[in-house]
Amino acid sequence: MTETGKLTMVEAINLALHRAMADDPDVVVLGEDIGINGGVFRATVGLHERFGFRRVMDTPLAETLITGISIGMAAQGLKPVAEIQFMGFIYAGMEQLVSHASRLRSRTCGRLSCPMVLRTPHGAGIHAPEHHGESTEAMLAHVPGLRVVIPSSPRRAYGLLLAAIADPDPVIFLEPSRLYRSVQQVVEDDGQALPLDTCFTLREGADLTLVSWGAALKETLEAAARLAEEGIDCEVIDVATLKPLDADTLAASVSKTGRCVVVHEAAASFGPGAEIVTLLQERAFYELQAPVHRVTGYDCVIPYARREMAWLPDVESICRAAHEVMQGGEA
Amino acid sequence: MPLSVQIPFTRFLDDQGRALDTLPAWASDAELLRGFYRHMVLVRAFDQKCIALQRTGQIGTYASTLGQEAVGTALGQAMSREDVLVPYYRDTAIQLLRGVAMHEILLYWGGDERGSAWTDPACAEDFPICVPIATQACHACGVAAAFRTRQQHRVAVTTCGDGATSKGDFLESLNLAGVWQLPVVFVVNNNQWAISVPRSLQSAAPTLAHKALAAGIPGEQVDGNDVLAVYDRVQAAIERARAGKGASLVECVTYRLGDHTTADDASRYRSDEALKEAWQHEPIGRFQRFLHARGEWDESREQALQAQVGELIAAAVETYKAVPPAAPTAAFDHLYARLPAFYQAQREQLAARIEALGGES
Repeated sequence: MTETGKLTMVEAINLALHRAMADDPDVVVLGEDIGINGGVFRATVGLHERFGFRRVMDTPLAETLITGISIGMAAQGLKPVAEIQFMGFIYAGMEQLVSHASRLRSRTCGRLSCPMVLRTPHGAGIHAPEHHGESTEAMLAHVPGLRVVIPSSPRRAYGLLLAAIADPDPVIFLEPSRLYRSVQQVVEDDGQALPLDTCFTLREGADLTLVSWGAALKETLEAAARLAEEGIDCEVIDVATLKPLDADTLAASVSKTGRCVVVHEAAASFGPGAEIVTLLQERAFYELQAPVHRVTGYDCVIPYARREMAWLPDVESICRAAHEVMQGGEA
Repeated sequence: MPLSVQIPFTRFLDDQGRALDTLPAWASDAELLRGFYRHMVLVRAFDQKCIALQRTGQIGTYASTLGQEAVGTALGQAMSREDVLVPYYRDTAIQLLRGVAMHEILLYWGGDERGSAWTDPACAEDFPICVPIATQACHACGVAAAFRTRQQHRVAVTTCGDGATSKGDFLESLNLAGVWQLPVVFVVNNNQWAISVPRSLQSAAPTLAHKALAAGIPGEQVDGNDVLAVYDRVQAAIERARAGKGASLVECVTYRLGDHTTADDASRYRSDEALKEAWQHEPIGRFQRFLHARGEWDESREQALQAQVGELIAAAVETYKAVPPAAPTAAFDHLYARLPAFYQAQREQLAARIEALGGES
């Protein structure tokens, strides 16, 4: 904890893990380097010393295994919280997620279930090596039976992680690594979970809805502030749970403002923005004053560190899209 | 060279059912031995019925256990009720012993999820049949890790075929079981075929049991057509795990006398001669000869058994056929513990579509 009492996101995640493990003996933590080393981002620091090796398990270096054993533990009623060191290494466990974690409940008509959490750092912008900056949440959000959750602040990281651990179904918890240490917030260790499957309205506005999640909310909020100076009153929504989407909140906001820009780091094609835009045209088409725009990562392999920032949505691009959307319908 | 390490091979009975050596003390329990025989006969008859049901369109694709009845029979008998089975898809013999009902097995192969929603509390924690090859090995390690965390003296038993031993999931699981000393037993039903690929093209390892050695756990082979040998060795492996001494691998050498599944035609890749030769070693005939020679089986017992087996299977088929398909909207019922709002609209859409069709899907 910092001297001011404020926590970074990674500290808030650590606090939530301590809290969940203290409150529920069924919560166990596993992954590569999560024990004595406290995780490569230090999200699990102190857990090993406090809760011991039976509940804090350093695993061999095998992501399929980490995902697969979490399923076995969860079926026994434990609540495993597994860490995959970077999202680029989650793919080895995809078969376990898609074929088992997501459908153990439906395959057995509820006889068995899979209350596991898979945490992994998400997104680019920390100048890490290749394969360390992935934003492939759409792959996971496509899978029935999974939940996909992305916090965007230390407080939401604390509350949503507690909710994910308490949830009776598998949750993929994507932690924006660019936000791990860039923001600090006072986080009450009150054990209070935030709701899943619910968007958070970070800023209310009348003219335009900006929809985003994870690290891209930083630029989205900055864009909203800049647009406000120009007299454009933006509503900013943090989707927070990508799967299942809180379509009601999104549709209600866009019905009110009549305009929308969706911002995400993930590549455009078949990205989460496509799903959100479709939902909006299904539910709010007649309230729309202009076509919905997307500001996204490009449809190319995420560039290495020297050029990765150019790939990410920036404040300029968001403002430009906002201006285009504001002009639409007034011509 | 490590490859010269000798893997133990256990066999008590020859193809004629003659004891090759002194049998273990437990083999004096005549009722246990008759139980093995009765179950193997039941499993084979049920298997033939399943194939007939598939051929007449009454169930879907089915994976036959023909010729491999001894493995599951011995394993089911060796497991304790509190243990957990994490099976693959050729495990009818063991599932029946665990408490899965015959009509539930028919429901599963008949294309109904309720075929894995077993009602017998004895198998409430067992995993459903696993189709994606070797993925279940990781689940078994997770179950065993839960036993370790809770300090329970229970054992996870997982099964797979010879092909599965080529997959990363299997090898990663062996590795973990060794380093964490997990109470898990890996039973490989080496039936010589992974669909059309023979054992010789699957691995250059001298035996599949050798794969255990690199993980630091014991590996051994048994004659998988000898129910006594399988029982003796898997029981030892299970008790070893229960005693906290860690995991082991038992490779049961069998032969797949049928096709891979009813969707396969093994005559495309397997000679009649090879099949004919393999029938010489099948498990039921030799065990019947063994029991006869010991005076523990006779013709009247055989007739009574055949009649009983016929009745059990006929009753199970009737029970299966009497179960109407679930409502199409049931697909949403167990997607999540509580269906999120997002899915309600789709569920209602589907319900309306069914309603418009007059309630028929």
